[in-house]
Amino acid sequence: MKHSKLWLLWLTMIIISITTLSYLILEGEDKSVFTPGAMTGGHHQIGVACDACHTSSFTDEDEMQKACESCHGDQRQKPFDSHPQSKFTDPRNADRLEKINALYCVTCHVEHKPEITQKTGLTQPLDFCVHCHQDIAEDRPSHAGMGFETCASAGCHNYHNNRALYTDFLVKHMHEPETLDKQVVPAREFASVLEEIATYPHDRYPVSTLTAKDMDAPAGMSVEKELMHDWESTAHARSGVNCSACHLQGQEGEDKVWVDHPDHRSCQTCHDVEVTQFQQGKHGMRLKSGLSAMTPAQARLPMKEDAHAKQLNCNTCHQGHAYKLETAAVEACLGCHDDQHSLAYKDSPHYTLWEKEMQGDLPAGSGVSCASCHMPRTSIDVSDWLRRVVVQHNQNATLVPNEKMIRPVCMSCHGLPFAIDAMADTDLVQRNFKGKPSVHINSVDMAEQDNNRHLQETGGDAF
Amino acid sequence: MKKTKLAIGMGVAIATTSVATTLSAAGDMVPVKAMADALHLVMDSDRTIYTRKIVNRLVKKEKVIKASEHFEDDKALVLPAQMFRFGAELVKKRMEKKPDVDFSYSLQSLWPINKQNAPKTKAEKEGLKFVAENKGKNYYTEETLGGKKYFTAVYADTGVAPVCVSCHNKHKDTPKKDFKIGDVMGGVVIRIPIGG
Repeated sequence: MKHSKLWLLWLTMIIISITTLSYLILEGEDKSVFTPGAMTGGHHQIGVACDACHTSSFTDEDEMQKACESCHGDQRQKPFDSHPQSKFTDPRNADRLEKINALYCVTCHVEHKPEITQKTGLTQPLDFCVHCHQDIAEDRPSHAGMGFETCASAGCHNYHNNRALYTDFLVKHMHEPETLDKQVVPAREFASVLEEIATYPHDRYPVSTLTAKDMDAPAGMSVEKELMHDWESTAHARSGVNCSACHLQGQEGEDKVWVDHPDHRSCQTCHDVEVTQFQQGKHGMRLKSGLSAMTPAQARLPMKEDAHAKQLNCNTCHQGHAYKLETAAVEACLGCHDDQHSLAYKDSPHYTLWEKEMQGDLPAGSGVSCASCHMPRTSIDVSDWLRRVVVQHNQNATLVPNEKMIRPVCMSCHGLPFAIDAMADTDLVQRNFKGKPSVHINSVDMAEQDNNRHLQETGGDAF
Repeated sequence: MKKTKLAIGMGVAIATTSVATTLSAAGDMVPVKAMADALHLVMDSDRTIYTRKIVNRLVKKEKVIKASEHFEDDKALVLPAQMFRFGAELVKKRMEKKPDVDFSYSLQSLWPINKQNAPKTKAEKEGLKFVAENKGKNYYTEETLGGKKYFTAVYADTGVAPVCVSCHNKHKDTPKKDFKIGDVMGGVVIRIPIGG
């Protein structure tokens, strides 16, 4: 009798376990119970959805590669990626693939392995460059005796983007002062190239100035005066973007329906590049994976208690109707971020410049907001045929390793040698750049040394 | 309308048949050596046109723009060798969607500016040496790489314009500083997989 009760209990437990796990597999959003190890900082938000990466198989490397490229593909192409896949599909490199299979992202970036994952997401030993560049000192005498684990030190090499700080670039900028004469970030380009953006709905919303009397909200809908005023004071109203442009949502070919709180899909109609980038970064990657929006509560960085429940979408930072870019550039960030670097911002020389710009004491682009560095205005190819200055909405694009920020961000105002040292000084970064760098990186000195060697050899007839 | 469609359909069918017949008459397969020679002819002609009619014309004759290894930062034209490499990389990428097409090519040298472009395999080393020492002759061989058998052809790459020679001689990473016009400066290596 006792045994049969135990059997019954065991059976019940088994049924409950199977039912729970089945529900999680089939219906539940959070599948983290199945993950074999903690996810990296880059993927932890979407780790609850296995199929974001394991699209159709857990073993097919090519399928996995497609998943990697669906998010990281744009950044992994020339001229940005100096080790593109095409370099390794050449049969002459077959022997190298046997040592390190550079055809697949997972060769160097394995997930679920926190014990071997470094800050950059690398899971290979730091000296992996040795596989192909063991005789580099023959070419570059300045590199003799250096350990291969130092290749990726700040200001030096980046496997995916060697273009950033190549020798000639270091030489070209080696004598720059700490701060440049002209200290201003590039101006945004959107309105000026609107005609060239093929996907912009020119036919439905031709550029013209609209006022409250032109609003096309459904008849009978009451619109608060404040909202109306906010909209009227934006570039949207000045450019013919009426209520329906954002509030009518629906698939192509279907009847569109009015929604009170439009999401990123509405914004994407005109701001496709920005929304795509947003979904590549930590703020929006959950949306790309079909998950609910990111909340600060899910972040690994310290976030303000009262912001934990915010749902991150375009309007969370941009404030629907008002779309004050200044608010999105500073206050929106500080409304959530509660780490040391963020808390030190308002005591930094960068913030002083920002305040001066906001007060009209400095020209536009002279101030340094959170967004100036973390969502920099960069000139990118938005299509095969068009390049424009875009606010990079993937704030991870220049975040790790932080020297990725040197060219698109720091060098708008600072000389290269100073910028390299500043980004390598972790304490200075924590203090939000209040003070001077206390570390020095040798890369510029080495480039100068190499250049001097060349000048001597050629009698000054260099480059 | 139906008749028009029928006529077009028949026309296409006849044309297709006649093309197929022509191909069949010429033999089912193009010999691999002829294929490599043909590929090289196209590559070399395209690069010659780019060098002469774009780079040399705009840089040297009309003096309106520079050509630079760092073409993006310098807002300049890509160098002919880079144009060639970018083409090779694009071919690789586009071939991923064409399982019936498989070949690769690269520009290498016994005196490379970028040491990654030095010959690596035995065929490359022998081939580049052969074309440098035997002007006007190509080098053909077979080799096995990564368990796959290839027909490998090496063609001399000659410094035709003053700018090719002077740029290579002056570059800070060059291992050879005394190239003259007409010298073999490197070689194009073409690989086509063959059975086995």
